[in-house]
Amino acid sequence: MSTVKIPPVLRSSTGGEKEVGAEGSSVGEVLRSLAQQHPETEHQLFSEDGELNRYVNVYLNDEDVRVLDGLETPVKEADTLVILPAMAGGAI
Amino acid sequence: MIEPRLDNRPCGGRYADIVQAIGHTPLVELRRITPKPGVRIYAKLESYNPTGSVKDRVARAMIEDAEARGAIQPGQTILEPTSGNTGISLAMICSRKGYPLKVVMPDNVTEERTRLLKMYGAEIVYSPGEQGSNGAVAMALEMAEADASYYMPYQYGNPANPLAHYNGTAVEILEELDEVAAFVGGLGTGGTLMGCARRLKEEDPDTLIVAAEPLQGELVQGLRSLDDGYIPPILDLSLLDRKIFVSNRDAVVWTKRLLAEEGLFAGVSAGAIASIAARVADGLDDGNVVFVVPDDGWKYLSSGVYTRSLEELEGSLDSASFW
Repeated sequence: MSTVKIPPVLRSSTGGEKEVGAEGSSVGEVLRSLAQQHPETEHQLFSEDGELNRYVNVYLNDEDVRVLDGLETPVKEADTLVILPAMAGGAI
Repeated sequence: MIEPRLDNRPCGGRYADIVQAIGHTPLVELRRITPKPGVRIYAKLESYNPTGSVKDRVARAMIEDAEARGAIQPGQTILEPTSGNTGISLAMICSRKGYPLKVVMPDNVTEERTRLLKMYGAEIVYSPGEQGSNGAVAMALEMAEADASYYMPYQYGNPANPLAHYNGTAVEILEELDEVAAFVGGLGTGGTLMGCARRLKEEDPDTLIVAAEPLQGELVQGLRSLDDGYIPPILDLSLLDRKIFVSNRDAVVWTKRLLAEEGLFAGVSAGAIASIAARVADGLDDGNVVFVVPDDGWKYLSSGVYTRSLEELEGSLDSASFW
């Protein structure tokens, strides 16, 4: 089972949980598993066409999956998915 | 036969103004932090620009582009959301060119940034620190919409930003190195990465382009909903080969390493970028890995990063905004 880290902006949809365990061998499967456990996350994570919401960044451990294979990116047992909101880059 | 006069070079020197001294920064090999003997890591020291950061290139490009297009008038007020370096660069350039400058920035940046901005003559408008740069951008856009007399360069969406790197930073790198196996840049607006990616991949499509981005701590993620998120318009993810976040903690560890092992007094974002450069280097067998040092460490002295231990810093790292 993989761990999904939930950002503050989504925790009201996960009953306040900061981390959720979810099954799946790809990023898409793990996020769908999360959405099954916490249905309120579904429309926040995914757009109507089933792709990732444009303002949601998902990292496999610390790498943005959009620059890897997106929702098809393989996930291993001990991996962590980190969900983060898209933020303007820091102090620049 | 009359011998030609041996005249010295013209006494005026190479640079007629501080703005002309922007760019042509040193590319320095860092031999101690490379994990593999066959992989050479180079740091492009953008701290050598006149105001001390890479943003001098961007600010100059944006203002001169606006002037060339007739988009700004003499004496017009320039407005920009910026947490520091871009504001400082704009402040210097605007003061040289006669434009008043107003910057919008979060209220939790280091004290040195505020002082530098005021020193160069900028007026500061503060946005809520917990909203990070998203809040500054939103506030600036509102102000620009409400008052047409402002001109906002808008570094996040201005093509002159990546062009400064396409025509400057990347060209300088290519002038010095025979090949670039990987380029690692900090991801803020995306300008450095986009401009350098395009130029470097034109030269060699196999050059890896890797983004190091700040892991925004929970205390700065002051978003009410995901719809408050923000993506810089100039950012094109298809030009990146990897995009990796770096925690403040790791950034600080590597910033200290750069100083201790390479004698490089760099800003905290440089530490973050260096950590990813070393990671990328570890995945190669040979080749040159270049990373950008966006600024030096002077603006971060008050944070204690260079003088306090990691244990002493732990409590402050979550809310700090270094880059």
